[in-house]
Amino acid sequence: MSDAPTRLHVEALAVLRGGRRVLHDVSFSVAAGEALVLRGPNGAGKTTLLRTIAGYMQPAAGHVRIDGVASDATLGEHCHYVGHLNAVKAQLTVAENLDFWRRYLGGTATDLDTILERLGLDAIADAAAAYLSAGQKRRLALARLLVARRAVWLLDEPTVSLDTDGTATLAAMAGEHCAGGGLVIAATHIDLGIAGARELSLAGRKEAAWALS
Amino acid sequence: MGPFLTLISRDLGLAVREGGALGTVLGFNLIVVSLMPLGLGPDLNLLSRIAPGVLWIALLLSALLSLPRVFEADFEDGSLEALALGSMPLGLVAAAKCAAHWIATAVPLCLLAPLLGLLLNLDVTLLPLLVATLLIGTPAVSFLGGIGAALTLRSRRGGVLIALLVLPLYVPTLIFGISAIDGGGLGTGGAAPSLMILGAISLAAIVLGPLATGAALKAHLS
Repeated sequence: MSDAPTRLHVEALAVLRGGRRVLHDVSFSVAAGEALVLRGPNGAGKTTLLRTIAGYMQPAAGHVRIDGVASDATLGEHCHYVGHLNAVKAQLTVAENLDFWRRYLGGTATDLDTILERLGLDAIADAAAAYLSAGQKRRLALARLLVARRAVWLLDEPTVSLDTDGTATLAAMAGEHCAGGGLVIAATHIDLGIAGARELSLAGRKEAAWALS
Repeated sequence: MGPFLTLISRDLGLAVREGGALGTVLGFNLIVVSLMPLGLGPDLNLLSRIAPGVLWIALLLSALLSLPRVFEADFEDGSLEALALGSMPLGLVAAAKCAAHWIATAVPLCLLAPLLGLLLNLDVTLLPLLVATLLIGTPAVSFLGGIGAALTLRSRRGGVLIALLVLPLYVPTLIFGISAIDGGGLGTGGAAPSLMILGAISLAAIVLGPLATGAALKAHLS
């Protein structure tokens, strides 16, 4: 990627789900190198916000834009989205899964072994992904973040089924990504341990209460 | 290798590893065709006259059987979400997956057809024409079928619904597919016009089908 995003803006965003207003008048901006942690009770709209930024959902009002990038690429092409599903093919081996995403996403990472080792998957690189535990599948999904460089990481409950070691690895990866000029927006209930992360509380429901701390 | 070919080769690789899926489709095709002589009696003239129609209809039903799986697995395991963030629009993702379906399912069905034609006493000189007709006509089966597969992704009774949505779209392909084989049998070079129309239907399906399929996939992701 030749162009580097400098700032992601979310402006007066409103999103409807099934006719119900899930997000109302949400505005914030995240600069390159910053991490933002979304907090809020179940149903507050954390997932909806992340999926709207990724471009899966169309906002009813407001918009999302990124400064500093060529305008012909869609927002989604600057994003990695790791949600509740891992996008792991059971029939392929661990290494084949990762290699597919590297080639499909046009990744420049040449050393997949190092990435697998980083996530503790190197010993099972040739095993069929069908035999992975839930935590190992999640690690494989997170490995996707490293095979192709994308400026914006959108992480929805990324620590689900990860052990403490995996959570620490994820926090380190997010920290390095920010240090390298990337952005991380993560929705989580537990502390990710990303150094210097800001927090955004989505109160949800009818009131449009939200606050940056 | 660009993302388009990467996706096709992954889908073909997955199809090879779960070879049982293709076996089911080919077995279904074989059984439908071999039930015909049992149902209609051993009238060889009748069988050879209706053979093109029987072979086409059996192929459409067999292909229909395999359609629900085209997008289902990718949707359920989250691959579709990640595929949507690639450099290709969802229409091209749909086109790649339909192309893989054609290669992995429709082409084997076409290659099985001459064998089944023998079962129905189809004139042996017509067998090359039969294969050519099926190969030219079946891209429409995969690319129009993709629309139905994408629209019915989250519905409980998806399989039946696909049949209702997609079979009517196959009518032109069926009509010209049969008339091409019948025209060849007349010995007047009558197959060419039907084959050209069949090709035109397939080309139109390849261009227009993925647009509708991509839109349906986008709606499912939101």
